[in-house]
Amino acid sequence: MAIKDYIRERFFPHIWCPGCGHGTVLNSLLRTVSQLGMSRNEIVMVSGIGCSSRISGYVDFHTLHTLHGRALAFATGVKLSRPELNLIVPMGDGDALAIGGNHFIHAARRNIDLTAIVMNNRIYGMTGGQYSPLSGHGTLATTAPYTNIDYAFDTVELATAAGASFVARSTTYHVQQLAKILKQAILHEGFSVVEVLTQCPTYFGRKNRLGSAADMMEDYKNNTTPIGSKAKKENPDLIERGVFVQKEIPEYCSEYDKIIERAMKGK
Amino acid sequence: MKTENIKFIQGNEACVEGALYAGLDFFAGYPITPSTEIAELLSRRLPQKGGKFIQMEDEIASMSAIIGASLTGSKVMTATSGPGFSLMQEALGYAIMTEIPCVIVNVQRGGPSTGIPTHVSQGDVNQTRWGTHGDHAIVALTASNHQDVFETTVEAFNISETYRTPVVLLYDEVVGHMRERLRVPETGELPLAERLRTSVSEGVDYHPYLPREDGRLPMSDFGGVHRYNVTGLFHDMWGFPSDNPKVVHGLLRHLVDKIQNNVNQIARFKEFYLEDAECILISYGSSARSARHVVEYLRPRGERIGLLELQTLWPFPHDIVNEKCANAKYMVVVEMNMGQILREVKRAVKNPERVFLANRIDGVFIAPRDIRDILRIIQGKGV
Amino acid sequence: MAKPKLKAHVINREWCKGCGICVHFCPKSVLELDEADKVFAARRSDCICCHLCELRCPDLAIEIETEQDG
Repeated sequence: MAIKDYIRERFFPHIWCPGCGHGTVLNSLLRTVSQLGMSRNEIVMVSGIGCSSRISGYVDFHTLHTLHGRALAFATGVKLSRPELNLIVPMGDGDALAIGGNHFIHAARRNIDLTAIVMNNRIYGMTGGQYSPLSGHGTLATTAPYTNIDYAFDTVELATAAGASFVARSTTYHVQQLAKILKQAILHEGFSVVEVLTQCPTYFGRKNRLGSAADMMEDYKNNTTPIGSKAKKENPDLIERGVFVQKEIPEYCSEYDKIIERAMKGK
Repeated sequence: MKTENIKFIQGNEACVEGALYAGLDFFAGYPITPSTEIAELLSRRLPQKGGKFIQMEDEIASMSAIIGASLTGSKVMTATSGPGFSLMQEALGYAIMTEIPCVIVNVQRGGPSTGIPTHVSQGDVNQTRWGTHGDHAIVALTASNHQDVFETTVEAFNISETYRTPVVLLYDEVVGHMRERLRVPETGELPLAERLRTSVSEGVDYHPYLPREDGRLPMSDFGGVHRYNVTGLFHDMWGFPSDNPKVVHGLLRHLVDKIQNNVNQIARFKEFYLEDAECILISYGSSARSARHVVEYLRPRGERIGLLELQTLWPFPHDIVNEKCANAKYMVVVEMNMGQILREVKRAVKNPERVFLANRIDGVFIAPRDIRDILRIIQGKGV
Repeated sequence: MAKPKLKAHVINREWCKGCGICVHFCPKSVLELDEADKVFAARRSDCICCHLCELRCPDLAIEIETEQDG
């Protein structure tokens, strides 16, 4: 199906600001789903609260717009109850890693088959530009007028340490890589995390004098590098892109099926 | 009577038996005293019937997970106690707003805060009513003995499915941990309400949030042929966010009216010797056991005393309480808190100055002797 | 495989918010914003049908239609 067949056209143009990277994530995701030939009825998208979470309103899947930070917990209930459904869980950085941080690490630990997309714009956009757990030391935000003294999580390291069986990172500039990674993540059986660096020109960009949306995407081009590249060795400050973790370990719902089998046999 | 249907078990186990009888498919929870036995037992029993049990990272996640599971068509439950119930308030409001059936068991212990974990209290009555933010209606049931725990648990599922609302089972530590006899009813002995599914066929515009004339909302399971949106925001009949004042007003009225307009249907209560009672004890949960004992003790001694045992606490059956108390000289509310149901009874009856409180708030179960001592004071017979 | 031949730049002016991402990153500088800040193909014949504008557009507002698309 064409990508337009996967959206709820009547709600467009969407609410995101001009140049917001979240639209590009939506764009990539739709292409991925279309390429995979997935049926709309087999996809459940669960989102939390914030700019990122509005993505669920625009896609013509089963969509569950939940509470701030709780998307993965809701998704766990949907998935365990109906393991044949494909669960996609887009979250903002604050949504996933501040208020939802506990649910994030535990979903990773369980290795339940959900595709978590962390749309990292380093800011709370919906509430007007407060610092998030991914803003990073030295940045400016409406709640960090003298500069932020909080250090950021590294989403990839956090997800890896928590046990996620697929961990990847890309950006809204690297759309071809992004679509490829999303495809791998959706096909992966287990908990997959895709961090997407996505620009917020309205708040993070303006507060930190990063220029236009295109300028911020230029930064993604210039400040990132493929995993293990020579450039990274020469400049350790570069942010690596690509698939960091991809391992086959038993998935939670299949493991639970074995529990059912044992329980029914009385063992 | 088949003896395998007779069990000598804890109230928490009776709750589990009731939930399984009602068709529970999915439980998510987090350990907390004095409710933990419910999770332990279900972790064993649910997979035996192909159901799912999951221990989540906290009570917020537990509540979220059961809502997600319910959306796919499962009958769901979680169980907790005070501190966990506080954490559940956020998602409880979500279930109210999105009209997703679920059952929440709160085996009450003493609060506030961590309070007194292994001792009894009935202090969460008002939290159940108003714990989550915003105007809303809620259903809360309780019981004083294991046969009733079983039946109210079944009824909780029935109400939850019928009205598409969360239902709170407000048990308490004494009922939860006490052991007594339970006879598990035969299949078919108690009616079971199944979820009303939509008859709208694939490709036809389905309105997930357009109530029928009777207020009921036919549901389509997530993963089925109808794709729709579910949100905690005020939403239109398709489930999409709306701030249209008419939509907002209409939805809030619907959420409250579907419960409040059915107060009498939802009301469960038992009455003992009310016909000629001059003094009516009003109680619920484990404290109703002591109240009943007092009535049975004093009746043969010539006192015209009766008991109204409430099993539905919310929506509070004001009219029923008023009617039952119409001819009494005075009422005594027996509860283990500082007067949470007392307030409702005062609001219900025509002579609120004749409503008294017999309570304990020290973590100790209120005994018949405690109630009789207070009755003597009320009756002016001295301490 | 034959080189894709451009049929049209299908632009949804209602959805375009004029962010300029497509204009900035077009490898052949085909695209520009008009007075209303909506994208248009100023140098249509230079288009090499790389689809990058289409893939990056946050508003799903531009589509490169080629002969192969039929």
